[in-house]
Amino acid sequence: MAWEFLTVYWREMIRFTRFRTQLLSSLLQPALWMAFFGVAMSSNFNRFASAVPVPAGVVPVDYLTFMAAGVIAMTTLFTSLFGGISLLFDKNWGLMREMLASPMPRTHIMFGVSLSGMTKSFIQVAIIMAFGLLLGVRFFPGFSPARIVVSILGIFAFVGVFSLGFLLFSSTISMRLESPEGLQGIITLLTLPLFFVSNALYPIQAFPPVLQTLSLYNPLTHLVSGVRYFALGSEFFAVGASYSSTPGDILLSFAYLVVFAAVMYVLARRTFQKAVVT
Amino acid sequence: MGGDDIIEVRDLEHAFNGFWAVRGISFTVRKGEIFSFLGPNGAGKSTTINILTTLLPLQKGTVRVAGHDVAREPGRVREAIGIVFQDDVLDRDLTVWETMEFHGRLYSIPRDERKKRIDEMLTVVELEAKRNERTKNLSGGMKRRLQIARGLLTRPEVLFLDEPTQGLDPQTRMRMWDYIRGVNAAGTTIFMTTHYMEEADMLSDRISIIDHGRIIISGTPEELKNTLGEDVVYLETGDDAKAREALQGIGEIRSVTESPRGLSITISADGSHCLPRIVERVRDAGIDIASVNLKKPTMDDVFVHYTGRELRDTGA
Repeated sequence: MAWEFLTVYWREMIRFTRFRTQLLSSLLQPALWMAFFGVAMSSNFNRFASAVPVPAGVVPVDYLTFMAAGVIAMTTLFTSLFGGISLLFDKNWGLMREMLASPMPRTHIMFGVSLSGMTKSFIQVAIIMAFGLLLGVRFFPGFSPARIVVSILGIFAFVGVFSLGFLLFSSTISMRLESPEGLQGIITLLTLPLFFVSNALYPIQAFPPVLQTLSLYNPLTHLVSGVRYFALGSEFFAVGASYSSTPGDILLSFAYLVVFAAVMYVLARRTFQKAVVT
Repeated sequence: MGGDDIIEVRDLEHAFNGFWAVRGISFTVRKGEIFSFLGPNGAGKSTTINILTTLLPLQKGTVRVAGHDVAREPGRVREAIGIVFQDDVLDRDLTVWETMEFHGRLYSIPRDERKKRIDEMLTVVELEAKRNERTKNLSGGMKRRLQIARGLLTRPEVLFLDEPTQGLDPQTRMRMWDYIRGVNAAGTTIFMTTHYMEEADMLSDRISIIDHGRIIISGTPEELKNTLGEDVVYLETGDDAKAREALQGIGEIRSVTESPRGLSITISADGSHCLPRIVERVRDAGIDIASVNLKKPTMDDVFVHYTGRELRDTGA
């Protein structure tokens, strides 16, 4: 077993902690989403939603708690999509050559970068959950400590495999592009549909059929479903809609994310093997 | 090719989108020497060095570095070489130590050994005091030295230097030359590209002049300059006319001209071998010699002679 990817990981993490402003903004951004968007929207949504009667026996969930799962997903998406940008800088500044000319297998570059992107997402998710508690997010309602631990592990498993997929995707694009502006453009173009054609901020039950179908193919939807399942339970009621999911549904969502990551891995691997950077 | 060749290149060709950057070059580098590629920018030097260091795939020809074929065993080649890139390829935000540590880990040098070598190399390039400084705060010369230390960390058999002193001030450049000589003296073969004539001249055991993707001529700096056969000896004597007579009969002398400042004697062969006899003849004729000066052709002269143009016109 070769462990050189840990070297790339080590350097990525040095960079992450060294750029103070970047570090701070990456940690603050999700908290700000919760603090402003979350609180503002929840006061509105809760007003509308209260008009819909809660079916008997279902746990009602307030909007802030509902969207906290969406913010976790969104933050993971952004961080992962931008995760490959360090490769682009490495390439443009010539630093990539040092790695490509070394005996380290090339796939380790993407493993190292992906692992560091995943770590960043984990840190951010932990911050969102902790900060959410302060704002009044009620995750894990009535869960036993053991179940809370399992749920947190479950959330991290979903975040991990989701971020891996998008990090590999981002790495692939970064290796093929010339400029950071190009990557930025592609990311902006992707984030809007990915984010809004999903169940991150609102239920998809009310979508037009086309969008509903599209949202089912959106990895973000599956991440959000997974996070909500572990954070809120299998049955809950939020934003005027009932949510019910079986372990089978969740396993399927997880499998979908695994397949997505696997496809991205194949693409990234091919890109890295063929990469010529001089 | 002999067993002492550490780099063997045969009929190397390389094209980018139909443009032939390298058009069939062959050369060998012997173990322990400093070998230079001298040529203007765009001559094919970087393409060649990129193929030799496995950064570019081999298109045509055979290339063996440190006993391994670059196409078949790129991994083995990578383990055996060190590279100092043309521009300052350093992560601005890593410290000197982190830069070395990162490199050592890329090559899987075991921890204790790594620590020892990093200390050793930083001492050699006199950066020990800067080990916790970020590389962006280093001077140009320090950055280049750090890159040399990094390139040597893996104890490579061949060190590739791509334009090692480009952009450095003259004083720093002289020190870099000393470092390069020291590294070579310690046993590392050096393959270097440069577009500085004096650099190739001062450092190299052998030089290939490359232009438009072809090697125009190869040899030691002396050989290259001697092929021009135009060494000139300047002689100031007590009696130039008599000295001129005394010099008749030395076969290598092509022409002698008198000027108010003395005699200039053009020599068809290596002037340094001819000079003692010239001095002897004049002395034997009882003429005082006020000064002797031997001017050999410079690499500039060689380059102009073989390429028909000035290097500086086409350089960066």
